[in-house]
Amino acid sequence: MSVVEFMQLDLVPMLAAILACVTCGLLGTLLLLTRNSMMGDAISHAVLPGIAAGFWVTGTRASLPMLAGAMGAAVVAVVLIGLIRRLGRLEPGAAMGVVFSGLFALGLLMLVWSGADRVDLDIDCVLYGILETLIWPAAEGPASLIDPVALAALPEELWLLAGMFAVTLTCLLLFWKELRLAAFDPAFGAVIGFDPRPVRALLMLLIAAACVAAFWAVGSILVIAALIGPPAIARLLTERYAAQFLLAAAVGAAIATVGYLAAALVPAALGAAQGFNAAGMIAVMAGLGFALAAQLSPFRRGVVKQRRAAP
Amino acid sequence: MNNTAALPIPALSVRHLTVAYREAPVLWEVGWATPSSGLVAIVGPNGAGKSTLIKACLDLVPRLSGEVRIFGQPLAAVRRRVGYLPQRASVDWDFPATALDVVSMGRYPRAGWLRPLGRFQREAARAALAEVGLADFASRQIGQLSGGQQQRVFLARALALEADLYFMDEPFAGVDAATEKAIVTVLRRLADQGKAVIVVHHDLATAPHYFDHVLLLNLRAIASGPMSSAFTPDNLARAYGGRLSLLDQAVAAAAGAPGAAPRG
Repeated sequence: MSVVEFMQLDLVPMLAAILACVTCGLLGTLLLLTRNSMMGDAISHAVLPGIAAGFWVTGTRASLPMLAGAMGAAVVAVVLIGLIRRLGRLEPGAAMGVVFSGLFALGLLMLVWSGADRVDLDIDCVLYGILETLIWPAAEGPASLIDPVALAALPEELWLLAGMFAVTLTCLLLFWKELRLAAFDPAFGAVIGFDPRPVRALLMLLIAAACVAAFWAVGSILVIAALIGPPAIARLLTERYAAQFLLAAAVGAAIATVGYLAAALVPAALGAAQGFNAAGMIAVMAGLGFALAAQLSPFRRGVVKQRRAAP
Repeated sequence: MNNTAALPIPALSVRHLTVAYREAPVLWEVGWATPSSGLVAIVGPNGAGKSTLIKACLDLVPRLSGEVRIFGQPLAAVRRRVGYLPQRASVDWDFPATALDVVSMGRYPRAGWLRPLGRFQREAARAALAEVGLADFASRQIGQLSGGQQQRVFLARALALEADLYFMDEPFAGVDAATEKAIVTVLRRLADQGKAVIVVHHDLATAPHYFDHVLLLNLRAIASGPMSSAFTPDNLARAYGGRLSLLDQAVAAAAGAPGAAPRG
């Protein structure tokens, strides 16, 4: 495989996967630390009707309307989960299960009704992502990386992912201590004038946006692997708050790179006609990474204790 | 009540406070006022609503009715003068944070929203940690601390707030003797500085020794006032009514502590 071929076919999907996994790893860390990992799964599925609605309204696969739709759907999901918990007196896991599977199913139906499945927003793409379609035919070699014309031809999804990463990073840095307080001791925060609710709402919106972004990269079903895999691996390797975020981001980048390369290049090198599914390979890497980290973890006793103490 | 201004303003006053979880009332028409400073215990049997009373005063649980005033004003107006020490079990001690990270949270109000904590605030947090005897544990992950040390980290975080009225929810629960002594010392010093500390306490034997004032609570406010006049066998019997073994313990404790707190 030549450099040009790599740049045309593999560079953009790999960058997209890295951006998606790093963003999800950073945000997933906050879910993990608040023992709220299931919420990531719930939101990642619940955004689908919003994405479908975004398509329905515009009739195109433009990113921004779908992003807006997804945010709306995420808000609906979080409110519904809260309502069902309160009115149905259900435990959080049950409420989330009801809401996210219901909304996901609704989203699938909407995709069919709206005709989106006849364009390229079909069920397969929802489940497995569209990494493989993010090609960059304008690339003619390393020089294209600084060629404005070639850069302008980059797939729109890559810019969306880069934007999401920048927004996530900015919010994390701006709300660094507020997020930590809301995650560790929200009641204390409320008493001393740091109401945790706006911070939590911001986090949920960011996760919804990241879910849309990651949805392109790894598909809806595997978003949870990107959201929870890297933070869980990082948690096995550190007891420090800042290091937890840095490691989660690094692990996200690593599983995306290794997973993508394993899916795209290994079969080609072996002479197979078709590569593996990249999203699946990335999720497999998250699993393998977790197994490896569990073996290497200096804090295994602590982790076992943590499980037992979980409510 | 026209001349309230002439009297010392109670640190906390509560009128007609009713709180219910679902349909069952937890607190019923509680009326209570503390002195303007000093150590105050809230005592009562399990499920009497002691923690709920604190949380209702701090707007952490919704009130069905009632009015809460702190230094004569609503909580929102005096937030900076209020400190809180939650129950130790209310947080996840496996959280990746050091003792200093947690105590630093007590300085967040000084830094304000969106501003990083400066060196000065971090040093203040370190000083608070030293005050409870944990200077050497600043960079220890909180899960690696003993129960008593964790409780002292919470105490240091409350101290770092530099509040005038503290609410403490069972600070003595499950701590070792050294920690208990350290907490009592800190409480005494706060009282000497003219601050008010309201403590949920469930050890009847030590209550009269540690505290100046008491509220006996069991769904309603049974009795309140200086330890010597309120902490009587009669009042304890009313608060713990029907629970014989507890009642014996209560009467014995009251008899063993004739009247005032040691400093009274």
